[in-house]
Amino acid sequence: MDALATYQRVKERFGDRILEINEKAHDPFVVVEPSAIVEVCRFLRDDPEFAMNCLSNQIGVDYKDRIEVVYELYSYSKRYGVTLKVKLPRDNPSVATMETVWKSANWMEREIFDLIGVTFEGHSDLRRILMPEDWPGHPQRKDFVEPMEYHGISTVRESPIIRLEAKK
Amino acid sequence: MPLLNTLPDYVLTTKTDELINWMRKSSIWYMLFGLACCAIELMHTGGPRADIERFGATPRASARQSDLMIVAGTLTLKMALRTRLLYDQMPDPKYVISMGSCSNCGGLFQLAYSVCDGVDKILPVDVYVPGCPPRPEALTEGLLKLQEKIMNERWLTRANGKPANGAVLEA
Repeated sequence: MDALATYQRVKERFGDRILEINEKAHDPFVVVEPSAIVEVCRFLRDDPEFAMNCLSNQIGVDYKDRIEVVYELYSYSKRYGVTLKVKLPRDNPSVATMETVWKSANWMEREIFDLIGVTFEGHSDLRRILMPEDWPGHPQRKDFVEPMEYHGISTVRESPIIRLEAKK
Repeated sequence: MPLLNTLPDYVLTTKTDELINWMRKSSIWYMLFGLACCAIELMHTGGPRADIERFGATPRASARQSDLMIVAGTLTLKMALRTRLLYDQMPDPKYVISMGSCSNCGGLFQLAYSVCDGVDKILPVDVYVPGCPPRPEALTEGLLKLQEKIMNERWLTRANGKPANGAVLEA
């Protein structure tokens, strides 16, 4: 079993809820409907043919017109991995939490929430994980504007080159 | 007849300021406080090879027992507030060594959204040690520079709790 064969099996089982299978990408992936992602992942984990027992990575990406959440699964017994993606609207992106399938999703989803601003419904503890609690906005968004100061600490520093040129 | 000639050989004469400063510079206790990779060099400096304890500098685990804060590593905005809090907990007179490019000016990460570019934005810094990260010898040199600075302070002529010259002591 390899990734492409797995995608075919998933397509057979879930039909229309699998939106796209991309075989040409360097790392082939499959795009899943957001409402079906938990079901698909649970199937891949529980079916002994795939036995995807590890959620090795969970990523949020901002593509300007949409937001994607990428799930990288790995099977230690079968020694191969698959990549699943969901596409979300840019306004109020929201998808069900993967915590119910792999508990390791907890912190990764907190990070995506912190930096990209995706809300994971049903998450047990959806707080910021890296940035301070009172930070404005989600810094990895393309439209994020850096604040000029944080608690009175200016985030702007005059370039020393400008100071050197002024001396001349 | 000068006083010096009447004293036995084993008696030394000095100025009170210099005696106080000599005692203070020989027991600079620094806070165990590292933020990033510079902290590895800081540990190395305290270790047996560089052995900063030769100069009386020993790490203390509490801000309330420390004279010196060595800011070693990238200072994020989140950590900047905590660093300021730790600095405020230190008893006067207190000193700050900014160790490495990151705490000097933000270094490699100064354009990042989360980085406070320069610890001098939140604390008064006495000695800047350049390097990325500085070698233990460089940090030892920084400590010696700080000792020079301490030796030049005049405590008997201080006003409002501040020495007439030397370190800036801010509340």
